[in-house]
Amino acid sequence: MEIKRRDFLKGVAGGAALALARPTLALAREKTRLPDAVGILYDATLCIGCKTCMVGCRKANDLTPEMQGVQNLWDNPIDLSAGTLNIIKKYENGTGQDKDREIDGYSFVKRHCMHCVDPACVSACPATAMTKDKKTGIVSYDKDACIGCRYCQVACPFNIPKFEWDNPFPKIVKCQLCNHLVEKGELPGCCSSCPTGASLFGSFTGLLGEAKRRKNMAPGKYYDFPLSSLESGRTQYKPAADYTPALYGENEVGGTQVLMLSGVPFGRLGLPDLPSESYVALSENIQHTLYQGMILPIVALGGLIFLVKKRGDKGE
Amino acid sequence: MKKQHVTDPIEERLKGVSRRDFMKFCGIMAVSMGLPVGAGTQIAEAITNPKRRPPVIWLHGQECTGCTESLLRTSHPSLEHLILDLISLDYHETLNAGAGHQAEAALHQSVKENAGKFILVVEGSAPLKDGGKYCMIAGRPFVDIVRETAAKAAAVIAIGSCASWGGVQSSPPNPTGATGIPEVLKGTTVVSIPGCPPNPYNFLSTVLYFLTFGKLPALDEKARPKFAYGRLIHENCERRPHFDAGRFADTFGDEGHRQGYCLYKLGCKGPITHANCPAILFNEVGAGAWPVGTGHPCFGCTEQAVGFKIPLHTQAEILQVTPDAAHAPIETVKGKGVSAGAAALLGGIAGVAIGAGAVITKNLGKSDEGE
Repeated sequence: MEIKRRDFLKGVAGGAALALARPTLALAREKTRLPDAVGILYDATLCIGCKTCMVGCRKANDLTPEMQGVQNLWDNPIDLSAGTLNIIKKYENGTGQDKDREIDGYSFVKRHCMHCVDPACVSACPATAMTKDKKTGIVSYDKDACIGCRYCQVACPFNIPKFEWDNPFPKIVKCQLCNHLVEKGELPGCCSSCPTGASLFGSFTGLLGEAKRRKNMAPGKYYDFPLSSLESGRTQYKPAADYTPALYGENEVGGTQVLMLSGVPFGRLGLPDLPSESYVALSENIQHTLYQGMILPIVALGGLIFLVKKRGDKGE
Repeated sequence: MKKQHVTDPIEERLKGVSRRDFMKFCGIMAVSMGLPVGAGTQIAEAITNPKRRPPVIWLHGQECTGCTESLLRTSHPSLEHLILDLISLDYHETLNAGAGHQAEAALHQSVKENAGKFILVVEGSAPLKDGGKYCMIAGRPFVDIVRETAAKAAAVIAIGSCASWGGVQSSPPNPTGATGIPEVLKGTTVVSIPGCPPNPYNFLSTVLYFLTFGKLPALDEKARPKFAYGRLIHENCERRPHFDAGRFADTFGDEGHRQGYCLYKLGCKGPITHANCPAILFNEVGAGAWPVGTGHPCFGCTEQAVGFKIPLHTQAEILQVTPDAAHAPIETVKGKGVSAGAAALLGGIAGVAIGAGAVITKNLGKSDEGE
């Protein structure tokens, strides 16, 4: 069968036109917050740095403690790792006297998966190992689907997924919001164990309301702060702190299901300053547009055939 | 008319013990067992009701009588009256009024009369080697006496580490084949109250629980009462905050030791030893009246395979690893960057490689030309 160059190019152009004629479909990718999404509100001003959440996480996820240093006595990871799904870190400045103060103060911060509305790890995963639950929005990992490429590690703007480098059959490890417990109606290990309500579990909408309520509190005045979860009914009566205006996670990279409040600017706590647009949205739009109606493969194939034909003509 | 009360007769029987003191004792017993305070009344009733007061037979094997001595030193009012009068102590070699054939006769009579009703307390281990001849009482091997008596007892309690699992004399080479009573009486539930000596209140609480409720308290897998041996010493230790903060005594008498820092580095076995020592202390003389409180590391006397087995100053494993008091910094430094020496070396290697590559390429061109 013989295809004339002219005919082929005509066909390619037609296909491209067809695909571009439906750009709405390609760009219609819109990731919005799920109505039943769950999340965690971490309030650094309530955190006392007791690390009970780290112990709770170990118990809930059956993880062995990570002992480091010469003493080898404590569970003392210095960062998230394949064996540590959440960590309490400390910001200190100057004399480090006052809590929740940027200058001459200190603050704790809890780090774990933020459970993005539009997760980069899910987008980057060439297999289906990283998935976002359609109901709860929990970003979880399936070791059986994983091919070990570690794209999720590179993609994550928060540097959360960790790889088991020392395991011959390695897995990616990250906080999965204790979905095995949430399924049963229980609370994530960090929230159920937190004594001060600094880690608070709840529906995302409820947590957003709670976070906004806290930001409107008069510093120094006494309020009730729920413990463990919004529905637990247990509260702590204590004075409100002087919050920074930011509510981290409300808009960062398209929003996350973990929200954070603090008295210290989040940049100081090691949380990156991120745009409100998801990184994924741009790259996925380009990709999905290119592959919509197989435009890119067809164009590329056409180009190759053209080159081959041209060279062949010359050779003859 | 005088109000009748279950505890009325006791005042007559125990000179110098007021009803108030007695009830206080029962209340303290209830609390130390983790029972509601109201159970104190039940305990009082059990002690003062003669129908529910079984006799106690106390046997001594290979031991030092330290358990008995510590029991005698409980400082609640007139404890000897309360326990030795109210519980019919039919045989106890240290406390027997009679001796020799008289004492033996009392033992045999009590076992015969109270078969299936008495509490048997064994202090000390039983030597099994060479037919048990290393501990003979009234011309018979101790192990035979234990087996025979235990068969007729309502409950068997092994007091002290020797009776619980062999104690110091069972340490290698164990020349007499010293064996704990649970091992001797395989198949029988033997409540163990280990310790060297054990806290007497752990023993009294167990006996009173049995008298009050007619059953044994909840036991762990080593048959120790959970109320007393349910938690590690490390969990309740008053020096625990120093452990978490990394403040240790490095040698006896150093600055840290004087400051009351954690004794872990000196070989404290608190992290692997189950006992309530830091919670109930000894001898009721106030705070700090227990080994660690006085500045000596716990040596693990209540734990089989720890006390008398692991050397005194060998550091213990940590069974329950918890976070320390220090926090990870926001930014963690990973790796150390490139040192000047390494950079120079790498640069040198790269330079040689480039030079060699250039020369080879040049020569290749020449050989092509040659052809």
